[in-house]
Amino acid sequence: MKVFEKTKMLTDVHMHYCPGCTHGIVHRIVAESIEELGLEQKCIGIAPVGCAVFAYNYFNCDMQEAAHGRAPAVATGIKRCLPDRTVFVYQGDGDLASIGMAETVHAAARGEKFTVIFINNSIYGMTGGQMAPTTLVGQKATTCQSGRDPAVNGYPIRMCELLATLDAPYYIERVSTQDVKHVLAAKKAIKKALKFQSEGRGYTFIEVLVSCPTNWHMKPVDALHFMAEECTKTFPLGVYRDKSAEEGKEHA
Amino acid sequence: MSKILLHGTEAICEGALRNGCRAFFGYPITPQNEVPEYMSVKMPQLGGVFVQAESEVAAINMVYGAAGAGVRAMTSSSSPGVSLKQEGISYVACARIPCVIVNVMRAGPGLGGIQPAQGDYFQATKGGGHGDYHLIVLAPSSVQEACDFTYKAFDLSDKYRVPAMILADGMIGQLMEPVELPPMRSLSDIPKKEWATDGRFGEKRRILNSLLIEPDVLEPHVNELAATYEEIKRNEARCERYKTEDAEIVLTAYGTVARICKSAADKLREQGVKAGCIRPVTVFPFPEEAYAAVAAQPSVKAFLDVELSLGQMVEDVRLAVAGKKPVRFYGRTGGNVPSEEEIVQQALRVLAEEKRI
Repeated sequence: MKVFEKTKMLTDVHMHYCPGCTHGIVHRIVAESIEELGLEQKCIGIAPVGCAVFAYNYFNCDMQEAAHGRAPAVATGIKRCLPDRTVFVYQGDGDLASIGMAETVHAAARGEKFTVIFINNSIYGMTGGQMAPTTLVGQKATTCQSGRDPAVNGYPIRMCELLATLDAPYYIERVSTQDVKHVLAAKKAIKKALKFQSEGRGYTFIEVLVSCPTNWHMKPVDALHFMAEECTKTFPLGVYRDKSAEEGKEHA
Repeated sequence: MSKILLHGTEAICEGALRNGCRAFFGYPITPQNEVPEYMSVKMPQLGGVFVQAESEVAAINMVYGAAGAGVRAMTSSSSPGVSLKQEGISYVACARIPCVIVNVMRAGPGLGGIQPAQGDYFQATKGGGHGDYHLIVLAPSSVQEACDFTYKAFDLSDKYRVPAMILADGMIGQLMEPVELPPMRSLSDIPKKEWATDGRFGEKRRILNSLLIEPDVLEPHVNELAATYEEIKRNEARCERYKTEDAEIVLTAYGTVARICKSAADKLREQGVKAGCIRPVTVFPFPEEAYAAVAAQPSVKAFLDVELSLGQMVEDVRLAVAGKKPVRFYGRTGGNVPSEEEIVQQALRVLAEEKRI
């Protein structure tokens, strides 16, 4: 009896992610969701700059690699020209919430009908642990070595809350990869977003809290605990926009 | 076929639309605002995509996505905005995504001014963004050429998988002239792009990428680009020669300045001075051979390069003339345009000085 099969939406190559990093889990649940929804034959992904820069090697569909922060603009170009394809962008916090903030906010404000997978690990991973727009107050990084000081560095940006101030987004949810239960919930959210996209509903944004044991200087299990206990305080999990629920109420 | 009166910016749009451009992404900046305005009306009528981007940076990246998905796509801007696009242009050049970028040049540096200039020649022809790359750069000098060159730019860009640029000055952008429009090309007539990321799965999937992190992978890629540029130099260099056959003084300029130079050459001939003009149509590739041939003519005493800059194209002219004849320069900046009489006087001065020597 077959109990498990790797999704065809991932290629058979070794991923470059550090031990204990949960990027790989997110890749898998995104890939599984696309396959389970039957969208794999008409899917285009956009890789960011950052830890997931090589995502084009892992997702088994047509892929474009975007300049740093520009994935939402690239996705806009693709999705507007090919509205029947499933288009997803996969971006980290530096890419999406710092250098790519304008592209992110404007794609959301225009209600571009693609899906954003936003990886929040509160640090610049690929470049070696610098402060991110999502670094927690007090959290140490190589460019704020005594910990993030709001008087000097300001406060972390909450993207779900920020985007939820806009009228156009259709679905916004923050999920976590801290344990199996949360990973399953994350997959459910991602699948929901992709399904909404395939139905042409609107802009969908899933923020996924991810651990970075390497740059947090923690053992993988401790990093998961830190995510559960600390990251979720600044970044509360939950649904921030669900127009399908609103539409449901209107119909009722 | 009958001619219609068109603005330079409208002619650029018609050239694009009539050769299958079905995606346009732009951001307002003077003096090219008529391009996005015209496209916002016309593109939906043809079933194409128009998006007013949040910035020039976003616009060129929208082009990356759309053109990467196999659609003929264009963006337009003016000098400061084109500077902002340079990162994206470097990426499309490396990822070999064909597209067309329009620069209706205004005076710089900085925010500069909004009057015509040609200060972006280096940026357009030598790369512009980071890394080793070139664009195919066409420089129209009339509204008809603004249409025809934009039309042609899409074919050239697709053929070589090298982005193309229309390098127009502010005068072209604001001029109105009669234009004969080419017929609307059927989209089915445009060759299909096998490399395009239009939604495929598995082994046949495509990746568009400008990250080649292994030196022994990136170097061959850059060499392949260089080989393409050499092929473009061999095949696509174009120029116009005007009364150069017996010329003693050869005026040289591109874009609208070449028109003033041709008038100046006629004026000089009325005064008994044998003057001619040579104008590059492609500024990359630069028509080196044509310049070398004119320089080799015994009649030619000197070249006078005229630009709306401190002297940028003059370097390519000097490389092509290769010391065979003196190459002198006259430039205006800040949005000022030299008059015919000004160029006549400069030409007479150059000739007098050459004869003294």
